Amino acid sequence: MITLSVNGRDHQVDADPATPLLYVLRDDLEMNAAKFGCGLGQCGSCMVLVDGAPVVSCVTPIVVLEGRAIRTVEGLGTVDDPGPVQRAFMEEQAAQCGYCIPGFMISAQALLERTPSPSDAEIRDALKPNLCRCGTHMRIMKAVRRAAGFMQTADAGATTSNGEDRR
Amino acid sequence: MNGPVLSRRGFLGGGALVVGFTLFPGRLLAQAPQEGDGGTPPGMPKALNSNPLLESWIRIDADGGITVFTGKAELGQGIRTALLQVAAEELAVDPMAITLVTADTGRTPNESYTAGSQSMQESGTAILHASARVAAILRDLAAKSFGVPADNLKLAQGAVAAPDGRSLGYGELVAGGELEGVRAQAGTVLKDPASYSVIGRDLPRVDIPAKVTGGAAYVQDMRLSNMVHARVVRPPSYGAGIREVDTAVAERMPGVVGTFRDGNYLAVVAEREWQAINAMRVLAQAVKWDEHETLPDQGTLFRDIQTLQSDERVIQDRRDDPAAVGGAVHRLDAEFHRGFQIHGSIGPSCAIGLFRDGAMTVWSHGQGMFPLRSAIAEMLRMDEAQVHCIHTEGSGCYGHNGADDAGADAALIARAFPGRPVRVQWMREDEHCWEPFGSAMVSKARGGVDAQGRIVDYQYEVWSAPHSTRPGGAGALMPAWHLAEPFKPDPPKPIPQPAGGGDRNAIPLYAIPNVRIVHRYIPDMPVRTSALRGLGAFMNVFALESFMDEMAAAADTDPVDFRLRHLEDPRARDVVTMAAEKFGWSSARLPAGHGKGFGFGRYKNYAAYCAVAVEVAVERETGAARLVRAVAAIDSGQAVNPDGIRNQTEGGIVQSSSWTLMEQVTFDRTRITSRDWSAYPILRFDHIPDSVEVHVIDRPGKPYLGTGEAAQGPTAGAIANAIADAAGVRLHELPLTRRRIKAAVGV
Amino acid sequence: MRTTRILGGLLLLAVVGAGGFAALAWRSELDPIKPPERSAFPPERIAQGAKLASLGYCAQCHTAAGGKPFAGGYPLKTPFGTIYGTNITPDPETGIGTWSEEAFARSMGEGVDREGHHLYPGFPYDHFTRISADDNRALYAYLMTREPVRAEAPANELPWPLQFRPLLAGWKLLFLDQGAFKDDPARSAEWNRGAYLAEGVAHCGACHTPRNLLGARETDRKFAGGESEGWHAPALNEASTAPVPWDQDSLYAYLRKGVSEDHALAAGPMAPVIRNLSSVPDEDIRAMATYIADGMGERRPAPPAGAVPAGNGAATVYAGACATCHEPGGPLQFAAPVDLAKATSIAQPDPRNVIQAIMGGVMTPDAAAAPLMPGFAHILTDKQFAELTAYLRTRFSGQPAWTDIEGHVARIRSETGSAGGSSTRIAKGE
Ligand code: FES
Ligand code: FES
Repeated sequence: MITLSVNGRDHQVDADPATPLLYVLRDDLEMNAAKFGCGLGQCGSCMVLVDGAPVVSCVTPIVVLEGRAIRTVEGLGTVDDPGPVQRAFMEEQAAQCGYCIPGFMISAQALLERTPSPSDAEIRDALKPNLCRCGTHMRIMKAVRRAAGFMQTADAGATTSNGEDRR
Repeated sequence: MNGPVLSRRGFLGGGALVVGFTLFPGRLLAQAPQEGDGGTPPGMPKALNSNPLLESWIRIDADGGITVFTGKAELGQGIRTALLQVAAEELAVDPMAITLVTADTGRTPNESYTAGSQSMQESGTAILHASARVAAILRDLAAKSFGVPADNLKLAQGAVAAPDGRSLGYGELVAGGELEGVRAQAGTVLKDPASYSVIGRDLPRVDIPAKVTGGAAYVQDMRLSNMVHARVVRPPSYGAGIREVDTAVAERMPGVVGTFRDGNYLAVVAEREWQAINAMRVLAQAVKWDEHETLPDQGTLFRDIQTLQSDERVIQDRRDDPAAVGGAVHRLDAEFHRGFQIHGSIGPSCAIGLFRDGAMTVWSHGQGMFPLRSAIAEMLRMDEAQVHCIHTEGSGCYGHNGADDAGADAALIARAFPGRPVRVQWMREDEHCWEPFGSAMVSKARGGVDAQGRIVDYQYEVWSAPHSTRPGGAGALMPAWHLAEPFKPDPPKPIPQPAGGGDRNAIPLYAIPNVRIVHRYIPDMPVRTSALRGLGAFMNVFALESFMDEMAAAADTDPVDFRLRHLEDPRARDVVTMAAEKFGWSSARLPAGHGKGFGFGRYKNYAAYCAVAVEVAVERETGAARLVRAVAAIDSGQAVNPDGIRNQTEGGIVQSSSWTLMEQVTFDRTRITSRDWSAYPILRFDHIPDSVEVHVIDRPGKPYLGTGEAAQGPTAGAIANAIADAAGVRLHELPLTRRRIKAAVGV
Repeated sequence: MRTTRILGGLLLLAVVGAGGFAALAWRSELDPIKPPERSAFPPERIAQGAKLASLGYCAQCHTAAGGKPFAGGYPLKTPFGTIYGTNITPDPETGIGTWSEEAFARSMGEGVDREGHHLYPGFPYDHFTRISADDNRALYAYLMTREPVRAEAPANELPWPLQFRPLLAGWKLLFLDQGAFKDDPARSAEWNRGAYLAEGVAHCGACHTPRNLLGARETDRKFAGGESEGWHAPALNEASTAPVPWDQDSLYAYLRKGVSEDHALAAGPMAPVIRNLSSVPDEDIRAMATYIADGMGERRPAPPAGAVPAGNGAATVYAGACATCHEPGGPLQFAAPVDLAKATSIAQPDPRNVIQAIMGGVMTPDAAAAPLMPGFAHILTDKQFAELTAYLRTRFSGQPAWTDIEGHVARIRSETGSAGGSSTRIAKGE
């Protein structure tokens, strides 16, 4: 049994400790946001936050995660009460098929917690690990800029920067 | 439990979870269905004529709940939202009040494939007419009940209201089965576009909220109870066969439910996904393959293509003014190349199969559930009635990728493990190596320009492998090739003009007096190919638009003026003019090392018009080129959801820039070697443009024109032209990589 | 420790420098010229220069990240401080536009700029002095026909008294062996060509030969392994510990494509070298491979790898994080180099390259430079890094265990800033 803290809640997971977090999130915890894209750490579809940093969960064995704070897109907000990054992506209609989008939101969230008003160059740099095939890039850029705006307004913060979930 | 758990019922119930909009929002033929098309009566959309029962499109429950059925599928292109808008407009309800059921062989009309940017034209037009017809029936029923003339009644919010305030809900009106068995009619009266309140609005996509909050949105997210996970151990190369295999090592691994072998087809099934992956890796080590050199030499590919056996078709041979040819003062010729390219969905293909009580159910993100059903039935030698295919969204596909094959995998393996839902997820290398690629192509253009700067003749030859090898029979399913009793693909057939396949958009829309276009169709390409967004249009428009600039330069004319000089269709002229103006074509002052380029095309010569102007920066020292900004104008006829059109077009431009500048499949004589994102790099955020701007020209009342593939070719042409402008050298071979640019620039 | 070594060295340098001044410190200024036109150079000479500039990967140290090629500003981190690559475009104010051919040749051969200032040996004139007059002329022609860029390189960041350039005269007196390359008639033409390139313009020894306290190459330990920008530059002589000995073919493959399947994939400071070499003709690459292979000496069997103790926690990390690509049967099984038992880096005397690769990830070495392996900086704590590194060494190599892995991990993390948002938390470990 390994205890994982996901979105502020502890989960006892009974899986091979070598299992990459992605499969535990999807299959054991039945969460959808982190996606399988390559399993090689090359595309960013599977990204989650670990202690505030974006990591590729497809090559992150759960054995290294005990005691660390994991956050996923599910932890950023809900359909009815979306977090600033989610709201920004909805308002910019920043998705085509949408498959890559959760990974981008994780990269964006990590960036904005670290750098509240990033330059365009900083945004591009932060989003480099993520691939989008539909060509939604321009809207993703806009969404991240918009999210930066939201996060600076007092009421919009979905999460505190130390990784605790607000709910 | 975190996150919504997707119940089986949720999926079978359709609707909420099967989110969508058309991959390539197709042509929606609005008020004027094509008359007499293949026996379709005038005033009757073709799809409606094939499925004339109104209830096969629209169902209204006694409680007023409205369900709309489409045979098309959401592929990430936004068709779900656009179709809801169409139905809501005529039914006078909120789009959110409608449940939309997409392609499902058990429930929806058979609309074949969701492809070719035709969903709006076909399904959209059918739903528009069916909705109008239902609205008229509701009005008549209410008129009878209220005893007032139908014209005095108003439909709104799911009820018909009389001037005196009486009102009856749609559900009450048809509770007696009044819609049962009612057939669509030709000549249904539609709303006046001027009165539209839902069509033409930027309705936010209905599928996005779930996608950005971790909702279950994709077939990959389905979790059926008692489900197992399968992985396939694919051959390392085309035509490889198993010499020996010891499956026992994998079978002993934790969680493994069993292995499945049929000839050269080998799979493993486990209780958990990670167990299945581990077992697949072990099994892959336990197989010895016999491999053969079946692939061409990549180094001489373009020369060799021209020597392959091909079927020559002259698709246009027009000599309107043979005398003009002699007036040519400039004669030009050029040869263009394009390598193989992948669809490269970010989410590899996935499907779930369930074999129970002799019946097979497959959840798939393929583009055609009905054709998939036929193919799977043939492969499994089952009665088609016992196979049920349900579309469930996947990652964007951009054409015929591995989705159908994954459906075949799921069906094959599920039959061996009856009673348990089997989820097959392709690995990255499955997708990169086994999906059908966009075909490599070669083309040659020749042209003459007279002293007045007019093109007097134009000849174009294009060599290409098939651009459509979609399921029809089991032979189109790659897994079926590997069975002990293998299925062979049917000999592929070229897609006829005017749509065309390898010759799509090979015929210029420009007014040229003498034109000869030849399509050299290569039925047997040693590499698996099929439809990739735009098919041959990507290459043919790249070639034509490059050549237009070469001819414009010979005539010493501005490229935009040169195009306008040869364009008669006013809608074509409008997009060209608008893109040039919004870009600031004539006034643009570009920094050193930057160049501008223009590209235009009308997709398939009958779908959307699209013009693209770009600015590209070229670093001479390294050859690195970057798309800096793009401005496009697009005319898709009546715009149902303008933001959907913009989104698709922006995406098309960005994707095409990646194809144009970086992408090419690599292989040695035996194996595909571009197996992952490092060997087949695509655009990343460090190279995206500064801005992409799309201007939609709305044409109220005009037929919907397919949009989703319109930008691919014009973007490629525009980029090539801008590189030529910036660097002073022209490249004719896609992709326009930094190395090629550097080599052309020299030192 | 490093600081004391360096201070000791400085002291020595000062003493020698004092002696050297009189004779050497002062160098004349050469007259400025008006930047020549492109037409002043025959095209073949420019093309020849382009090839040489690629062999010397000049653009690497003379181009800032995101900057214009050859316009300078690249920070070269040395044990003595940071030296910024200068602007070598023909801009008359900030570049070398006013340099005559003679001034250029003098800088290459003697390490002196046009105005007579001594140059830091971060600019490897101790190698470039071997370049023939003809080739210098070609390099000059190439550089003088680049696009002029106005850009001032930042001032070097060097501790006192190293900013004092006349000290370099002393350094040169001790360590600079001036003069063009001379063929060894006992060797083949290919060998000589390879030696000329490797010892001169390609300056392989700048990284692969160890340096003394004063930053000069220990010429008697040529190619015994050195360092570059926080990476270990492996030995290219008989000291090589590569499990599968390198030979001419594998060196050729590596220099040509950046990959030798049984040895290594070019990463770190070697990656740009490979990218630059991509425009160099096969025969030159082949010649260098011939020369280097000749110096690699006798094949010695690699010691067999030891057994890993059961229950090793790092083995679990390996199974979840590394095995997908590095065990047989994986998606990259036909790519390279995934078999860690053959990896040169794991058999090297120090763990830096392994740590660098795991922490920062690996890009493909070709011109497209796409991410191949992700970095694990945010995934593993320092302790987990150290354990995994030790595990890889034991499992895949029979070489003795590495020492001070944790120290290397901490240093590399702080040097590369590979910690991102929650650096402190990750860096400190549990
Ligand atoms: S799935 Fe993890 S990076 Fe692609
Ligand atoms: S939106 Fe489809 S991959 Fe990004």
